Amino acid sequence: MTAALAFTTNEASIVYASRMMEEDRLYFVAIGGPPLLAILLSKRLRTPEIAYVVEDGTIAPQMPMPTPPFMIGAGLSSSRAAAWTDMNTVDFHAGLGYIDYGVLAAVQVDEYGNFNSTFLGEDYDRPARRFGGPGGANEIASLCWRTIVMTRLEKRKFVRTCDFVSSPGFLDGTPGARERAGLPAETGPYRVITERAVFGFDEETRRMKLIAVAPWSSVDEVLADMDFAPVIADEIASLDPPTEEELTVLRTDVDPTGRTISGAWITIEEVAGGGFRRAGAEVAATS
Amino acid sequence: MVTANGKSVRILAEGTGAFLPPDPDAMRRFVRDHKDRRLIDKRMSEHDAIARFVSDGDYVSYDTNVWRRGPSSLMREVIRQKKRDLWLAAKFSAHDATLLTAGGCVSKIDVGWMEVGSVITEAMRAGRLKMYEWTNGALAYRHLAGALGVPFLPLRYVGGTDVFNTSGAKLIEDPYTGQAVCLVPAVNPDVALIHVNQCDIYGNARVFGPGLAPVETAMASKRVVLSTEEIIDTEEIRKHPGATTIPYYLVDAVVHAPFGCYPGTVPGLYRADLQHLMEFGVAQMQGKMDDYLEKWVHSVASHNEMLEKRVGVEKMHAMRAEETHTEGYYT
Repeated sequence: MTAALAFTTNEASIVYASRMMEEDRLYFVAIGGPPLLAILLSKRLRTPEIAYVVEDGTIAPQMPMPTPPFMIGAGLSSSRAAAWTDMNTVDFHAGLGYIDYGVLAAVQVDEYGNFNSTFLGEDYDRPARRFGGPGGANEIASLCWRTIVMTRLEKRKFVRTCDFVSSPGFLDGTPGARERAGLPAETGPYRVITERAVFGFDEETRRMKLIAVAPWSSVDEVLADMDFAPVIADEIASLDPPTEEELTVLRTDVDPTGRTISGAWITIEEVAGGGFRRAGAEVAATS
Repeated sequence: MVTANGKSVRILAEGTGAFLPPDPDAMRRFVRDHKDRRLIDKRMSEHDAIARFVSDGDYVSYDTNVWRRGPSSLMREVIRQKKRDLWLAAKFSAHDATLLTAGGCVSKIDVGWMEVGSVITEAMRAGRLKMYEWTNGALAYRHLAGALGVPFLPLRYVGGTDVFNTSGAKLIEDPYTGQAVCLVPAVNPDVALIHVNQCDIYGNARVFGPGLAPVETAMASKRVVLSTEEIIDTEEIRKHPGATTIPYYLVDAVVHAPFGCYPGTVPGLYRADLQHLMEFGVAQMQGKMDDYLEKWVHSVASHNEMLEKRVGVEKMHAMRAEETHTEGYYT
């Protein structure tokens, strides 16, 4: 039996997202958050040539690793790029269909993959809690061919109705809803990634569909932490736990200052005869 | 909307948010009557630039933000002069909007993204601050429309979301394809604050590195105040005209402001002061923004005095020395 392995909820979803990255595709991310870390982890371990564009107009940078602290305010984040343009230019490229995947973080997501990064509670003018706003997520989720959303699996995050739809999923889920709202054809959410479950979308109903669960969790446990009932795939894949190598590279090279690695800690251990289980109760992470 | 041949263009849906009404002819008249075409020396102090070109009630745009190549020294001067009732274009803003709100300068924000803490939330909850939701891209694009001198532009995002519902966007049936397409209104800000790497005394300016929308912002705005790390000779500008992205006639004021983005970075020149950013964060969390503004803005008469008395030569040397990656900017 191997020693227990401990990681945070954010680390787990960064690892799962990183495993989906493809070297021959182009990605659009906001700077500094879990989506960029997922790409950098993949770049470091599996897809050295993977390219991404950033909202500020940076195209295909080669950021040094270990990454600089405070990426969003560091010139090194844009270093060794193929081109330095501006925000409108990279949005034009996405609008033309050059960018395959947008990878985005969400505060809340509904069953059609619409998501919120604006406010929670009470109303728009007097929010209980205000967040940064749609940022570039709205255009990224509209214009890239596929959207990957990262968030934590919690009942208050997987909601029937978002307090505010900052960025589009399949809208009301009816056929052609995105086109009727003026968005490009054949686009939309592709995956929702959390620390212990991954979702796709049902081709017909456009509803979120549970497709993979971590081996230390279960379908029932996942459903209990959602405010709506997703479609459940006929076969649920098992998510291999983060490896020690993935966690080490993430902590030392991709996010050495630990600014974005936060959330609750999960500790797992291998069970005799195969499989994994939680080693203890979750405790809040300090960062 | 009715077209020239009498056919009407169908408006399928409309947002309910207020927006600065587009008026391309008003912009043209302003340019005709108030923008100087001569090569004149536009250097002035930050005090004079803000006093002359920023008025209470103005729509203010800036590029990029207080973390990276933003016009931090000009924003501090706006706070120092107690400008009021401003409407900000927060396209990819950092805590700039928070500073200006804490300074009592802001009553409306068009937001794409901004760093948010208790200052913004409390101002909204108290009814002192009205927010209009856009997106970073939509705001940059509205500036592009303003820069083109047209009243609106179509785009293929915003639609279908609550951003659409709370903004001034419209969804129409495109008269060419018959498909739904979203329109957003042009914006022509009263004034733009832009920090550049280099410019000459006339305002011919160079911006190095990726930008948000410095060129569109300068073109769209009625008044343009530049702060610059360096004032360079016009002969140097004329030797490398391709490097000029903002030509002189767009510009109203040139403020020489080394470390003008402080506490943020101007990539290739100096790194950000993370210690200062922590100090700001703690001040906001502890509800001590007044103390922070007193220390960094009101108790000093100018940017230079702030650098001298609050930052110090040693820190500035370190910020320059530790920005070791200059490739692509100055090399």
